[in-house]
Amino acid sequence: MSILVFIEQRDGTVRSTSREVLGVAARLAGELGGPVVGVSAAAADPGLAALGDAGAEQVLLATHESFGRYDAAGYTAAVVAAAEKVSPKAILFSASAMGKDLAPRVAARLGVGLAADCTALDVEGGRIVATRPVFAGKAQQRLAFPGKTAIASLRPKVFPPGAGAGKAGAVEPLAFEWSPDANARVVSVEAASGGKIDLTESEIIVSGGRGLKGPEHFKLLEDLAAALGATVGASRAVVDAGWRPHSDQVGQTGKTVSPKLYFAIGISGAIQHLAGMSSSGCIVAINKDAEAPIFKVADYGIVGDLFEVVPALTEEVKKLNAAV
Amino acid sequence: MWAAAPVAPDMTKESVVLQVVCIKQVPDTETRVKVAADGVQLDSAGVTWVMNPYDEYAVEEALRIREKAGAGEVVALTLGGPGVTSTLRNALAMGADRAIHLTHDGSPPDPLQIARALAAELQPLGAQIVWFGRQAVDDDAAQVGPIVAEMLGIPCVTAVAKFELNGETAKVEREIEGGREVLEVRLPAAFTADKGLNEPRYASLKGIMAAKKKTIDAKPAAPGEPSLEVLALELPPARGAGRVVGEGPAAVAELVRVLREEAKVI
Repeated sequence: MSILVFIEQRDGTVRSTSREVLGVAARLAGELGGPVVGVSAAAADPGLAALGDAGAEQVLLATHESFGRYDAAGYTAAVVAAAEKVSPKAILFSASAMGKDLAPRVAARLGVGLAADCTALDVEGGRIVATRPVFAGKAQQRLAFPGKTAIASLRPKVFPPGAGAGKAGAVEPLAFEWSPDANARVVSVEAASGGKIDLTESEIIVSGGRGLKGPEHFKLLEDLAAALGATVGASRAVVDAGWRPHSDQVGQTGKTVSPKLYFAIGISGAIQHLAGMSSSGCIVAINKDAEAPIFKVADYGIVGDLFEVVPALTEEVKKLNAAV
Repeated sequence: MWAAAPVAPDMTKESVVLQVVCIKQVPDTETRVKVAADGVQLDSAGVTWVMNPYDEYAVEEALRIREKAGAGEVVALTLGGPGVTSTLRNALAMGADRAIHLTHDGSPPDPLQIARALAAELQPLGAQIVWFGRQAVDDDAAQVGPIVAEMLGIPCVTAVAKFELNGETAKVEREIEGGREVLEVRLPAAFTADKGLNEPRYASLKGIMAAKKKTIDAKPAAPGEPSLEVLALELPPARGAGRVVGEGPAAVAELVRVLREEAKVI
């Protein structure tokens, strides 16, 4: 039985998060037996044969002139057609903005269960078991799938990308039934200012809280972030105060993130914030209050005035960059 | 009865006749999670139950659309045990006209089951707009809205951060990685509300009093068979105790050293 993987492309480029999903699919296919098959929807082939190296032996490509942009109904039709063609044991998505939107529609069409935003996917006693955070990471659920097909979306940045299969995949056209309608369509895509990397895709995040004392002081964090190649995040308190946009918020009513390095600066560590970032690889806290709860989850901390510590840290990182 | 109806409806433009807001009662975000004795459910002892925060944006947007049109009805719909009526009353106090409670006891249904029960109720209602929160902050599944829309055969836009209604069409924006998608959607349609869509109102005392007289129609839910089996609910692995490397800017050099040499993250 095959594992079907939705391959995400945007503007004609395969998104790196799909390679993470292929890596997981290759491992599951190795344990369950059967091939990894990709399915993609695009206006033209975004170079899918190259995904053979990431584990996709075959990629089914649904093309349509309007597929340059995400089309929920059209992409759903493509994935469902691929599922009907290969009868997969599992269908995997990235829990990206697109994957989160698409996977439930496919689950609804096939009438089977979806485990969303998984952080582990394993084979136990011959069946697939998904682990996924709930309550924004305060707990985790382990789920099995009673239906004939398991559907899961995988949290970005948690799994290593698949690589090393050393061969090209076979790209085949996929027949699917769909006619475009005007009921819901993307009319434009607006890039965030400054080409900012999304928090959920960042290797390093520099987050600020109420300790920054005002929106103008986030410049300090932006300078540090620029030196580290990081993205700036924020606590709920500063988003609610209007200092930062909601897209910057880390925590239970914002984003749950797992970067390799997370700086919590001037953030006390309310439980709903800790929920959103405690699965980070390494956590650094900078806070003037030595008793702040953030120090209980931080790997490293500096107790001190962030207005002195952060500029010094930025300079130290710049020195390091210059030396390398 | 909701108090404000002095504005005569503008009959020259199409107005949204019916909006249904699907809401969920969840533990407050300050809740410390404990696992129940069965090992699969939340220990509900001491939990404060509230309306899912994302659903508040959905209720607010529906109310604003009704108020702007000066006509139309907003219905709050939920599924759950007897305790969820307090959350329905909250929606009514904010300004919803009436509520429907699909009653369900026993283990919590999975997203497909919830969607099935909601869709069965929604099908004959024929709402122009069905609202949901982007996700419920308990199971974080973010599935029920788009599944219900598939079952009803209507379009759905998830995680809507901006909404503008022009007659029978809505222009909406949703956040994607590194930007925003702008979509045009013809009604009837479903939308899931993200934070940033609006600033939800608090129920006024007048609203709370009025809510007591509004109808909550209770009927049994029909969720069907489960599609997921919960094997366990567990607390995440605890993080090892960290250490304070120093105080003030003098500690910065040591911090950079440990990040580079011990943690190997820069």
